Amino acid sequence: MTNPIITGIVATFDRDNIDTDQIIPTEYLKSIKKFGFGDFLFDGWRYLDEGRLDMVSDERSKNHEFILNKEPYTNSEILLTRDNFGCGSSREHAVWALRDFGFKAVIASSFGDIFYNNCFKNSVLPIILTKDEINHLFEICSSSPTNFEIDLMKKNIMFDDESSYSFDVKESLLDRIVNNLDDVDITLKHKNHIEAFEQTRRTQRPWLFDYSN
Amino acid sequence: MPLTLYDKLWNEHLVQTDDTNESLIYIDRHYLHEVTSPQAFEGLRHKNLKPWRLDANIATPDHNVPTDRGNEFDAASIKDEVAKIQVVELDKNCNSFGIHQFDITSNKQGIVHVIGPELGYTLPGMTIVCGDSHTSTHGAFGCLAMGIGTSEVEHVLATQCLKITKLKNMQVNFNGIPQRGVTSKDIVLHLIKLIGTAGGTGHAIEFSGSYISSLSMESRMTICNMAIEAGAKVGLIEVDSTTLDYVKHHSNLSDSMFHQASEYWKTLKSDLDANFDKTINIDVSEIKPQITWGTSPEMTIDFDANIPTQEDVDEASHENLLLAKTYMGLDDSKTLQDLSFDRVFIGSCTNSRIEDLRDAASVINGKQVSEDITEAIVVPGSGMVKAQAEAEGLDKIFINAGFLWRDPGCSMCLGMNPDQLQPYERCASTSNRNFEGRQGNLGRTHLMSPLMAALTAINGKIIDPLS
Repeated sequence: MTNPIITGIVATFDRDNIDTDQIIPTEYLKSIKKFGFGDFLFDGWRYLDEGRLDMVSDERSKNHEFILNKEPYTNSEILLTRDNFGCGSSREHAVWALRDFGFKAVIASSFGDIFYNNCFKNSVLPIILTKDEINHLFEICSSSPTNFEIDLMKKNIMFDDESSYSFDVKESLLDRIVNNLDDVDITLKHKNHIEAFEQTRRTQRPWLFDYSN
Repeated sequence: MPLTLYDKLWNEHLVQTDDTNESLIYIDRHYLHEVTSPQAFEGLRHKNLKPWRLDANIATPDHNVPTDRGNEFDAASIKDEVAKIQVVELDKNCNSFGIHQFDITSNKQGIVHVIGPELGYTLPGMTIVCGDSHTSTHGAFGCLAMGIGTSEVEHVLATQCLKITKLKNMQVNFNGIPQRGVTSKDIVLHLIKLIGTAGGTGHAIEFSGSYISSLSMESRMTICNMAIEAGAKVGLIEVDSTTLDYVKHHSNLSDSMFHQASEYWKTLKSDLDANFDKTINIDVSEIKPQITWGTSPEMTIDFDANIPTQEDVDEASHENLLLAKTYMGLDDSKTLQDLSFDRVFIGSCTNSRIEDLRDAASVINGKQVSEDITEAIVVPGSGMVKAQAEAEGLDKIFINAGFLWRDPGCSMCLGMNPDQLQPYERCASTSNRNFEGRQGNLGRTHLMSPLMAALTAINGKIIDPLS
């Protein structure tokens, strides 16, 4: 079971529509692995040179103005941003990069639909709050490095000793993160159901099964 | 209860539901390409599983293949060692699991969303998925089609199902007759400008109205393709005689099977009084050619309009506007017509079909690509499109005008293969995303129709298509 409490430093990205091409540029999609993308997270903003898969972060020219290159944000675990985070390309590599960097939660006023789904497959929790709540959290984080505490069971974000915002997320999705469940295993428990459905379909819509390559 | 087309497709494929959470939806067709599949195949191996239903899967390499391949090129010929591994890996995975692939040497290889329909693998009423967000393209055939992540690719391979929650319904009615020089690309860019890149989030958008009915399948695909740029992972259009004619010509179904299927396909439309959560009505006769000025597809304006300034947007958007203008190098430009272009790209899953190439070729009129343009490339979406264009002599028109005539692939739509912008180069592009770095590090993308892109190639600048 994953620790149901996420506590960490909040990195703020005060920008709408951060697309998955910004989160991880296409160059790195050439990898055939599922891990090792953390050094390339937000590559275009994080480095001054153009990156390649075989490059090592420490040897590259960094943009020291960029938040993830500044202490203590190099250890951020929570990302706070605005509207429509993760829009665009379906690349799951975007979530892999956030996860590999160390992010465990992303807070935004809305997410791209495909990105949102991908998060739950990789133990990164996407949290949707209202725009007013997001504005308030940005204010809180503006002056100095801030820690939030996110309770997955209570579904709330504590941003100081007394105050918190609650958030909504589907139980079955949250369950996947808390219990590290694998979708394929869960679905294959319904193997007989799928087989029966397919058999009916074969009879009713035969053209779908009639295709010769 | 009256149902929308999306509701009907959902119900038709529903294996199991838990109303409050997620449902299991049966998947009829699964397209695969080299970039988002290797980790999924690895997952299958790890779990010691085989694909649930081999004949539902079709694969082709498209994202990182070079487009100047010429004859006798195979996967081993790819110079980029990392890209080569991915294409070779797709070959290996398809061979070892028994999945049908149109590989890099096939004359039917192409962009997955172009070859699926033209080879008849996309049939009306199907559920279609692919590890690529532009899978919404296939919604043009009355399909429930959507992009998925790699974990879901593995899930579909292993179970033939997708575990998802139902979307809301949104309807966009396009009525009227467009002005000359205005294409389906302009119409969909106009919609994205209007509702924003999050406007369709959480919704399936059904495109309807007299304008949609009048369109060819190619134009319908362009519109559904960019539904994702309006935030909707599903875009769809009802089945009509245009759909059936296309399918009859492109599928291998026997006459009797086609006839039987058609009876069902004709029911694939929203009921008259079906309820949509959101409805938008747009008169297309007022729409001018649309071009993006910024770094998000919603940053779109009429080709002759002023580029927005801080006074034109609300205060919350000042920062976004400033960042986009700086990235695009627009500090001193009032309109898009002031800009000088370096490159032109005609291609991508949005605009690389035969109709797009005809459109682009039609405005060349024996003229030459401007001396200001470093390179103008035309990349047909598939081997079939390429052959058709060559049979019509379109390749000669492009080549004689100074365009480069390439081999099929995603090409300069995304900086993953050798077709990339150099830093600060400005490109007139028929693709779908103008994100920072999308066409190459620090490259500047302006999205537009094939017609406007071809005119920009000839003039080096954006001009009025009616002039």
